Amino acid sequence: MAMLTVNRLTKKFGGITALDGIDFSIEKGEVMGVIGPNGSGKTTLINCITGFIKATAGDIIFNGRNIRGMKPHKIVNLGICRTFQIMRPYSSLPAYKNLIIPLYGPRARKTGGWRGGGRHGDRNIIALDLLEEVGFERESKVPYKLAGTLPTGYLKRLELARCLALNPDLLICDEVFSGLSMSEIASMVPLIEKLNKSGVTIIMIEHRLKELFRVARRVMAISYGEKIVEGSPEEVMANEKVKEAYLGA
Amino acid sequence: MQTEKRKERIDRGIKIRSDGIYALSSWREITYLIAPRFLLIGGLLAAPLLLHFFPYWQKVLLIICIYALLSMAFDFLANYVGLVCLGGSFFVGVGGYGAALLNKYLLLSPLISIPLAALFGAAFCTLLLLPCLPLRGVYFAIITLMYPLMMTRIIEAFELFGGTNGMMDIQGFGNPWIEQYFLVVATLVFLFALRRLSVEDLGLVIRGIKDNDQSVRASGINITFIKAQAIFYASFLGCFAGAYLAHVYMWAGLSMFALDFSIIPIAATVVGGGGSLLGAVLGAILLVPLSEVLRAFGPLRIVVYSLILTVVIVIKGEGLLNYLSRKYHQFERWVEI
Amino acid sequence: MEILIYGIVNSFKLILIAFGFTLVYGTSRLPNFAHGAIFVFTGFVAWIMMHKLNLPFLPAALLSLACAALVGVVIYQFILKRIRGMNMNEIIATYAIGVALIETFRWLGFKGTTFTLPVVKEGVVFIADVPVDYQRLMVVAVGLVMLAAVWAFTKFTRTGRALRGIAQDERAAMMLGIDSDMTATLAMALGSALSGLAALMLFPLGSIVVEAGYNTLIFALAVCMVGGIGSWSGTVLAAFVLGFLQVVTVTYLATHFQMVVTLAAIIATLILKPSGFFGKHKELEERV
Repeated sequence: MAMLTVNRLTKKFGGITALDGIDFSIEKGEVMGVIGPNGSGKTTLINCITGFIKATAGDIIFNGRNIRGMKPHKIVNLGICRTFQIMRPYSSLPAYKNLIIPLYGPRARKTGGWRGGGRHGDRNIIALDLLEEVGFERESKVPYKLAGTLPTGYLKRLELARCLALNPDLLICDEVFSGLSMSEIASMVPLIEKLNKSGVTIIMIEHRLKELFRVARRVMAISYGEKIVEGSPEEVMANEKVKEAYLGA
Repeated sequence: MQTEKRKERIDRGIKIRSDGIYALSSWREITYLIAPRFLLIGGLLAAPLLLHFFPYWQKVLLIICIYALLSMAFDFLANYVGLVCLGGSFFVGVGGYGAALLNKYLLLSPLISIPLAALFGAAFCTLLLLPCLPLRGVYFAIITLMYPLMMTRIIEAFELFGGTNGMMDIQGFGNPWIEQYFLVVATLVFLFALRRLSVEDLGLVIRGIKDNDQSVRASGINITFIKAQAIFYASFLGCFAGAYLAHVYMWAGLSMFALDFSIIPIAATVVGGGGSLLGAVLGAILLVPLSEVLRAFGPLRIVVYSLILTVVIVIKGEGLLNYLSRKYHQFERWVEI
Repeated sequence: MEILIYGIVNSFKLILIAFGFTLVYGTSRLPNFAHGAIFVFTGFVAWIMMHKLNLPFLPAALLSLACAALVGVVIYQFILKRIRGMNMNEIIATYAIGVALIETFRWLGFKGTTFTLPVVKEGVVFIADVPVDYQRLMVVAVGLVMLAAVWAFTKFTRTGRALRGIAQDERAAMMLGIDSDMTATLAMALGSALSGLAALMLFPLGSIVVEAGYNTLIFALAVCMVGGIGSWSGTVLAAFVLGFLQVVTVTYLATHFQMVVTLAAIIATLILKPSGFFGKHKELEERV
């Protein structure tokens, strides 16, 4: 059975239809990419799935349970975690203290969070381990710096670490590669692959198609809130409608 | 040619090292770290003794502590949770009437009725403030502004709890030493408890809400519940102060919802420096004696406070404590460029 | 019938009181907590002009309106401009200024019920056998004229359209060359003048008291909250709902339930539809 099934998901803002009957499903252990031009409704889709905005119609079934209309924190505690596109860390706290917050949450405490450390053990140490995992240099001062002073590359990693702390079943990444340099992306890709190998299902929303196609086996393209095609990266790129959506008619 | 000089500021090394670990390498460092704390704790504890021959100033000390509690509550809400509370007097009033009721009808002695009133009062305040917690922005400020004013009107109109006369004949403390040390010790305990809370995991979550509430939600935490907890702590302090006042004045009345209890704590926090709780206490220690000097002028006091408040905010003052602690933790010297 | 007529009158009272606040918040996102203070300020300035300077009503009224607008401008230019965008400081600063203004009047000795403004025209008319005095009719008339004027101003004049533009999307409006500072100053001036207008219309119904400053602020905020803060049509609708609610309460229960009912309305709004009747649709931002 599919892990997450989205049926006829529709979202209207006033008179504007941001999502128009999106259908898709994702199996456990898969990596799926979502692409689409700016304003096509990718982030709205995530917001609907994670409960940050309420969908107008449709069903979102996660592990056999309809989660549409549930509060965001409840959805997180079922195992769906997301990153935010716009990075706003807890800027008044040091980087490693940023991770105390997810580790304090009920999900981390119940399931143990990352490597079971959220339930027992010193959260500070786990936070530092986590940061090292996503590529912070442990011996340097970086993990102790105020999060507000970190550069974008570290912030993206910090955001990813925040999700890892929750021990997600399904991870939804909203443009984790955007704003990063080529070398930074090159170091992020293996991280995503490693995560997927450890059993985390991943949905990636991305503009960097080349890097996305390295990790995602299946890609869905949306435009103006409608799904236009779904399939392997090659199929999607060959599709006329996708070309049209990106390049204009 | 004239050599230009500039001021160089260097952080003292010990400040950086002592953040999180204990600096116990020399007496000098230990003194450096505990001197400011000792000054505050020792000073407050010794004050009732020192002021023994000035009964009037003993009363002022109590008022300082009351306002210190209220300022801490305001500072905690504003700078840790990110909620502006314009109605500190709401907490005072609820606590005051609560203590009065407990004392009059259940005949509880002050030492029991004050904590109980604080507890029930805090629960009551949190419940009333609950509807505006899921909202961001000006809602909390508006609601807290309205509550004390509305409470006054409602109590007046329905003649509740003695109406405009208030509730009289509430039991006092009897022993002045208990009266003073009870409050002084409580203030210190609350101060350090709240400061400790702010670095504990729960405190970090609360501060996280101020920085980015969406991200806290995305971490699976029910932020309304966390905010409610924070409000409970803050209103506990406020209600405690109110309950204590009721027993000192042996009276609980409408003036407990007065504007003084709302404005002076805000002014104290802004002047003393927000974000550390100590600043709030320092502000109260500075402003309350000023208030006593201005007592003869009646409403002018509030005007003065409001103006001080506005000026400090407009010139973007960082507050006295933040300034002092920066100076305390830095070397300064002139170097040639 | 009585309820209908007095309900309408009361609703227009609330519109007059609340519209200035909504205007400023709607266009510039500035919560003007000094709103009530300006209300009282205008009342006293008009009184001083009439009784100390012996001016007739009309010049005194116009001058005091100008003073109110000036206070708004001063508050913006000297205080709000410097702290704009810092939500917490805006609230604290405007509230502090408001309190300072109100308490200054209290200190100067403006207490008691001796300070009154004259009504525009004495007398009572009967509408469907219900006696209504001219001043109350004036309230309705002025309220209607004000709504129409503000509507026309924002619809047909260049500055008015700039105000609307900045209300909808500040950044886009600024890119098109609309000066955010200028519009905010204008909004504060207008909002304060409207508050002053409310004072000139409502104080003749009773006497000028300092406490009115706080009460006005409470009612203005209540109306705005129920209607959706910053939404103009919401404010009007909420004023009618609250206005009738209050009159019904006064008729069937008692005057002092007014406050309770208002409070209940606010709490109900917060629980049922937090953004108010016509609050801006910002699920992600407003509500957490």
